[in-house]
Amino acid sequence: MNIFESTAAWFTAEGAWAGAGGIIQRTTEHLGYSALVLLIAALIAFPLGLLVGHTGKGENLVVALTGALRALPTLGLLTLFALWLGLGLTAPIAALVILAISPLLAGVYAGIAAVDPITVDAARAQGMTEWQILSRVEIPLALPLIFGGIRNAALQVIATVTIVAYINLGGLGRFLIDGLAVRDYSRMVGAVLLVAALALLVDLLLAGLQRLTTPAGTS
Amino acid sequence: MNWLSSNLDYVAQLAALHVLQALIPLVAGTLIALPLARLAVGRRRDGRSTELSTTAGKVRRATVINSAALLYTIPSLALFVLMPLILGTSITSLLNVYVALSLYVLAMMVRSSVDAFESVSPITLEAATAMGYTPVRRFWMVELPLAIPVMVAGLRVALVSNISMVSVGAVIGIQSLGTLFTDGLRRNIPAEIIVGIVGTVLLALVLDRVLAALGAWNTRWRKA
Repeated sequence: MNIFESTAAWFTAEGAWAGAGGIIQRTTEHLGYSALVLLIAALIAFPLGLLVGHTGKGENLVVALTGALRALPTLGLLTLFALWLGLGLTAPIAALVILAISPLLAGVYAGIAAVDPITVDAARAQGMTEWQILSRVEIPLALPLIFGGIRNAALQVIATVTIVAYINLGGLGRFLIDGLAVRDYSRMVGAVLLVAALALLVDLLLAGLQRLTTPAGTS
Repeated sequence: MNWLSSNLDYVAQLAALHVLQALIPLVAGTLIALPLARLAVGRRRDGRSTELSTTAGKVRRATVINSAALLYTIPSLALFVLMPLILGTSITSLLNVYVALSLYVLAMMVRSSVDAFESVSPITLEAATAMGYTPVRRFWMVELPLAIPVMVAGLRVALVSNISMVSVGAVIGIQSLGTLFTDGLRRNIPAEIIVGIVGTVLLALVLDRVLAALGAWNTRWRKA
């Protein structure tokens, strides 16, 4: 039996999908961790990005911060936090939030900063308050870049959640790590195929959402 | 610090492996991306861009850019694991990392090389044509040098992301600075992990500076 057949066999084996430790449970865990991470990261990155983009203050700080965060190795943070905080959910969530902040912040900040200042001045001349300018002019016009940041962050988080299995948590990485431990190559291949499919699916969903929410005239 | 001073050789060896796994794909991926990107831009013989004028040009450009973007949605760890299937290598072979990361660099550099070639003014190219440059000579002497600044910006992003992706290979047993993370966790040595994190960030900062300096040196006319 070659690897393609054995991977197919792994997918179709009895109990592969349903039940404890099945594909459905692991996928749900994977999506749950990812959603939680993205939510927390968004709560930090969005207000900061909107503030800096709107006021233009602290731009250098944001550029430096996003660059530095991108260079931090997530596996390193994950293992370090696991040693410090123990093997709970806190360690991986904290490590992954740090990973996700960078693309979200970059997208929100760049999106708002890229709005034509003339448009903003026009809105101000119409008598809009700063809050109205931000919520009715700048954010809608920035949506393509903001969505770019969200899709980027989602891809990175879904890919990287795979390694939380390394510190004994669930998610699709479980199959990868367990498969590696017993040299079950078909299980490892099955795991990475599932992660790749999940990443692609979520990206497609977000792309669709982007299309629905982007105002006409902006691309 | 004690841990570092007594394991300096080990860390240096892992750092060297890390640099190798980040740089070889950077070069290989870029060398493949350049011709693809140049093809996607599509110029007429006199240097004018055809991209916006013909449907075929638009389709070609969109195909190259979108297929590159699709590649980017595959997680790095997934590619490391799938590579042995395609290459027939063992799972811990460095070749898996070389090929997998080359694909990412390819994906990123196709996009930024298209931007780079499109940033070159068609008027400049027409001027070169008028001065008697053949298309080949015009590419090497005018178009490519003028595309360098935008290209270097893309290369720097690819380099930093390569350096952080290399460490993920440690999860499946490929040696790099990432090995300090897995080993530090297993043996409960926070110092080892911290050395790995600081080392990875330093590596990214230093190589990024070197790349920026190389780019500046190759475009000295900008300061003249």
